[in-house]
Amino acid sequence: MITLQMLLVLSGLLFAIAVAGIFINRKNIILLLMCMELLLLSANMNFVAFSRYLGNIDGQVFVFFVLTVAAAEAAIGLAIVVVLFRLRHSINVADISSLKG
Amino acid sequence: MLVQILFYAFALVLLAAALGVITVRNPVHSALCLVLTFFTAAAIWLLLEAEFLAIVLVLVYVGAVMVLFLFVVMMLDIDIEKLRSGFTHHWWLGMATAGLLALEIVGVVVARGLSPQMDMKAGATPLPAGASNTTELGMALYTRYLYPFELAAVLLLVAIIAAIVLTMRRRRGLKVQDINAQVAVRREDRVRIVKMPAEKAAAEKVP
Repeated sequence: MITLQMLLVLSGLLFAIAVAGIFINRKNIILLLMCMELLLLSANMNFVAFSRYLGNIDGQVFVFFVLTVAAAEAAIGLAIVVVLFRLRHSINVADISSLKG
Repeated sequence: MLVQILFYAFALVLLAAALGVITVRNPVHSALCLVLTFFTAAAIWLLLEAEFLAIVLVLVYVGAVMVLFLFVVMMLDIDIEKLRSGFTHHWWLGMATAGLLALEIVGVVVARGLSPQMDMKAGATPLPAGASNTTELGMALYTRYLYPFELAAVLLLVAIIAAIVLTMRRRRGLKVQDINAQVAVRREDRVRIVKMPAEKAAAEKVP
């Protein structure tokens, strides 16, 4: 039997790993996007867990919408990365400082 | 018991793959680790009897989003060594933050639970016999959540258009066919009749 506690601990650990990834891979913008997908996955896992343990389907509907938004975000984010690479020939976050003033 | 063993195995694979995503040096390997992470998460959702979302996760993420990631990683000619040169700059800060975060979340969940009404040690709500997760989700999605569902569709359309507009470019000096100009052309634009005096003097000399 899988308890709610086990699932919440698992998603908490996954969230922590993703946050660590954002700190570690501060230079590569593609890896930052991947870490964001991991954060969303851990949030989704909480939604599914609560939905199943409360016997309420609404949580799973919300996961559906989160997946939609995450897919749209990934598509636009990667398009921006491609345009950025064309302009700067680099995807280093430190190089994106035109708005620094 | 078997379910529990499977859950622990999947959880282990999930965390290991997530660690792989953030530590592997090559972005391609990182993306492949992320594929494994999503796949294992889908397996865990299957154990939880959320079948529809598990399949959607595999289809949408492994099938579409991760392929997009791999495509972009391989398309861009990235100098990995340069990107990874400052790898260890902030690692202690990241580790400390992540460790604290994990400690806090796990501590709260394990020690206290969420509310006295909620039994953290209970199993999932048993589904009635013959219940279908897909049917139930569809019933909610197409009745109570119809309006948000339509908005999600519009959002996806916006994302498609935005991605295309962002990445489309017109190359300079490219010779392309302009069909409008071809169709609209008139005889006067192309044919020029030049009146020339007949060269009588030359014609008379020949014989």
